[in-house]
Amino acid sequence: METVWFIIVALMIAAYVVLDGFDLGAGIIYLIVGKTGDERRKVLRSIGPVWDGNEVWLLAAGGTLYFAYPQLYASAFSGFYLPLMMVLWLLMLRGIGIELRVHVDNPVWRGFFDVIFSISSALLAIFFGAALGNVIRGVPLGPDGYFFEALWTNFRLGPHPGILDWYTVMAGVVALVTLAAHGALYVTLKTDGEVNQRSRRMATAICPLQLALTLVSLVATWFVRPSIKENYLAYPVGFLIPAIVFGSLILMLLWTRQGKEFSAFLSSCVYITGMLVGAVFALYPVVLPASTDPAYNLTIHNSAAGHHGLTVGLVWWTLGMILTIGYFVYIYRTFRGKVQLEGGGY
Amino acid sequence: MDSALLIHRLHFAFTVTFHYLFPQLTMGLAPLIVVLKTIALRRNDETYHQAARFWARIFGINFVIGVVTGIPMEFQFGTNWSHFSRFAGGVIGQTLAMEGMFAFFLESAFLGLFLFGEKRLSPKGHWWAAVAVFLGSWLSGFFIVATDAWMQHPVGYATSPDGSVQLSSFWQLVLNPWAWWQYAHNMSGAAITGAFVMASVGAFYLLWGKYQEYGRIFIRVGVIAGLVFTVLQLFPTGDGQGRLVAEHQPVTLAAMEALFESGPGAPLVLIGQPDVPARRIDNPIIIPKMLSFLSYRRWEAEVRGLNSFPPDTWPDNIPLLYFSYHIMVGLGTIFIAIMLVSAFLLWRGKLFDANWMLWILLLSLPFPYIANTAGWMTAEIGRQPWLVYGLMRTADGYSKMVSAGNGLFTLLGFMGMYTVLGFLFVFLIRREIENGPTTVPDAGH
Repeated sequence: METVWFIIVALMIAAYVVLDGFDLGAGIIYLIVGKTGDERRKVLRSIGPVWDGNEVWLLAAGGTLYFAYPQLYASAFSGFYLPLMMVLWLLMLRGIGIELRVHVDNPVWRGFFDVIFSISSALLAIFFGAALGNVIRGVPLGPDGYFFEALWTNFRLGPHPGILDWYTVMAGVVALVTLAAHGALYVTLKTDGEVNQRSRRMATAICPLQLALTLVSLVATWFVRPSIKENYLAYPVGFLIPAIVFGSLILMLLWTRQGKEFSAFLSSCVYITGMLVGAVFALYPVVLPASTDPAYNLTIHNSAAGHHGLTVGLVWWTLGMILTIGYFVYIYRTFRGKVQLEGGGY
Repeated sequence: MDSALLIHRLHFAFTVTFHYLFPQLTMGLAPLIVVLKTIALRRNDETYHQAARFWARIFGINFVIGVVTGIPMEFQFGTNWSHFSRFAGGVIGQTLAMEGMFAFFLESAFLGLFLFGEKRLSPKGHWWAAVAVFLGSWLSGFFIVATDAWMQHPVGYATSPDGSVQLSSFWQLVLNPWAWWQYAHNMSGAAITGAFVMASVGAFYLLWGKYQEYGRIFIRVGVIAGLVFTVLQLFPTGDGQGRLVAEHQPVTLAAMEALFESGPGAPLVLIGQPDVPARRIDNPIIIPKMLSFLSYRRWEAEVRGLNSFPPDTWPDNIPLLYFSYHIMVGLGTIFIAIMLVSAFLLWRGKLFDANWMLWILLLSLPFPYIANTAGWMTAEIGRQPWLVYGLMRTADGYSKMVSAGNGLFTLLGFMGMYTVLGFLFVFLIRREIENGPTTVPDAGH
């Protein structure tokens, strides 16, 4: 049962990253692919009806994590107190940027909100990457299952690392580049004209960099946490995951060049999911490793909610998920196609 | 009081108070938008369609701010209240996660569809989108209230060997009688905010002399809904909620009413100042025996005063609790009066020309927000010193790893951020109202 919920939570987080990832990514490349007011509006329009809904996935994934692993939620959220609060503020700033830009006419203020939107999107990508880096590297958990991490210490690994060290900063950069490409492919898919061209060129340019960074991060992770290979060796089927990651990346590059917009975007989704699944596959059954002593690791067993609650949850979660997939398919079908600039909205 | 405890309490209190300004309006407006949409569809009347679109835009702005201020609420269970989460997550994780799965997705997905998809949907389809938004927002309210109701009146749990509580009965959790009374009272409160806001904007248009056709629609819908819900707020929902408090939290009732001495035939204090150190109420105006009757339906019933309970189980801020409760009840009574007079004038066909009444409706706008806030303060301060009634004290629930300094830093950060959000909100709403319902929103260039 704990394993089932491990998979569910991981998939919900992956769904959040894939979905909100493309509108964060659109924010990262926003200033580069949109030069004129109309072009920027096009980018905003492509994410306009969905960005807030995508953010709801963060709430839902967070709620599910809280439900399944309250102990993990309590430890991780209080331990990552300061960066999480900054994430909240960035999410707010970003929302302000998107919503206010539409409502002001002065070009200077427009530019101001454009920059806020873009910078907060980029910082969020870096923060999320660094957060994942922290989870893989491990945190200084004490015997009571709690920790508190400073923003940075000496940027080196060790039993008492900071939120930021060379490894987590690297993870942040990987996330930034990945989501930039993801966003570029989404914008390519949803727009036409100059914006479409620029986004596609952008994606084509980023792709090789992404490939190189993926390799580097893999080697670095091996170095930081040598135990990642254990699950892979125990269950060799896991080697499919890196194969999928690299395969999807190469296909993404290929399809972007050929102008197959939808396939390219889809392979970026697969790539992101593959990266996340690869990470949690390596961690399992640990959910938050301790940098202090492996005995203090939080695992699916010592941090899960009670058995009865998890069983009941499986019933309503399945029902809820079926409904949700229904709505989302319906909504994306209703809004399919390239964005137009006429009519109401962004 | 430990300063870290105080700061974590203020942190949650401040962020949740600000947050709830927005969902109370969206939950209140959602059924009214369905009403406007239904009339529009029935009469095939473009004015009502336009009116529904206008309120959907107001809804949309509130929803966005509700989401961005709602994410911090969920996060704070872990960041600021981790010991509480470790203790109770096995139970309240159920309702919190269900809110995400059933309510948020429904509401956000169909709000997008309602706001941006009218051209791509049939009129019937667009009506269904409004209904789905209504359903989503009211479901969301239920799961949050059920979470709070469990903290007020824990049911359906078992204590596990590590000291935490775990779910033992899903149906007891969801069918908690406290949850249903509190939900009814809370949703009626939200509907009052929606009705007053709609009537107030209507009054603004009539007094301004612009968009008068819409002003009349808004007033009509707002006043009729307002009358229904202000009455429901008192009876049966407020009464039912009050009797639950009397039964399960008698010490809270005594503190709310500032009843220091136990006795039969307890009076209801309409107004007066509680003096906690001297254990008496100064300068009271009372209705004799009324509290006994309201709580137990007998004039001579014994009501236990604060002296019947050990002081370490008293709510820790009795004056604040007393005043919150009295502000809520006092405003609720005034709301009924306002809506009764307005509805009477509406029925006689005089309301639209009665400028004095329009001014009252216009100026009443902030008060439902105050009443809703005071009501929640009554519920939450009344539960003290418990975080989970009878099971966990508030002093044991906060994150011990997060120092008072860090807590204060982020509290100040939120105050700054929410000030900016507040200005933004006023700017956007003012713009929508001044542009009026007939303006197709200019997307800018």
